[in-house]
Amino acid sequence: MIYLWAFLAGGAICVIGQICFDVFKLTPAHTMTLLVVAGAVAEGLGLYDPLINYVGAGATVPITSFGNALVHGAISEYDDHGWIGIITGIFKITSAGISAAIIFSFIAALIAKPKG
Amino acid sequence: MSNGKNNQTTPTQKEYQALAKKREPSRPVVSNCIKAFLVGGLISIIGQAIQDMFVNWGGFDRKEASNPTVAVLILISVILTSLGVYDKIAQWAGAGSAVPVTGFANTMASAAIEHRSEGLVLGVGGKMFKLSGPVIVFGTVAAFVVGIVHWIFDPGSTGGS
Repeated sequence: MIYLWAFLAGGAICVIGQICFDVFKLTPAHTMTLLVVAGAVAEGLGLYDPLINYVGAGATVPITSFGNALVHGAISEYDDHGWIGIITGIFKITSAGISAAIIFSFIAALIAKPKG
Repeated sequence: MSNGKNNQTTPTQKEYQALAKKREPSRPVVSNCIKAFLVGGLISIIGQAIQDMFVNWGGFDRKEASNPTVAVLILISVILTSLGVYDKIAQWAGAGSAVPVTGFANTMASAAIEHRSEGLVLGVGGKMFKLSGPVIVFGTVAAFVVGIVHWIFDPGSTGGS
């Protein structure tokens, strides 16, 4: 059942992105930025975590979860260590994604040849 | 696709822009949205499957499993980008392959590969975040602002522990 919800939610967020491309004529960079900020605000309002409970990867795979994870890290460090946690905690959760993207991309650049 | 300012264009240029806009083929919004929905949903299902593998065989709980899941998706995306496959998918899927975290990895890997010829430091190191930089910058700034707002409105806040 979670797979159906993941499909529907992940697809729906991508449709929002496609509408930003086609209807509002935003560049991909503007669209991604908008979605990340939207994810961060949704987490700040306490809406994103319940969504993850319902739709699983449908909410953690789209880029909105990046904004969610940034805020989640900041707030959980804030709860543990006070105001300084807002700075020290921002990348606590997203470290996996950013580190992986940097390391794999670097290796790919060493090995792969440009295509097209 | 420039969002350039229109205040410095001559009348002729404006005329041309109006003409170009009229001649621009209208985008098939509905079919693009269906493609985006299918591909985005499919990538989410793959993510869910990877997450379930980490839960069932890796001994992670549901919350913890989303981190390694993202890392695996990024690895898959970078491999597909290196092979030139991801860009082919992206041409068909539009936002369906751009919005998931795999699209984020794709922008980084393709920028790194594309600028490899400019050298390791200036090319790969300097240009890797060319496309994905805005996402990280605005995500971080937004997270900081939300964190500050949370601090201000936190009912039990003493400002430290």
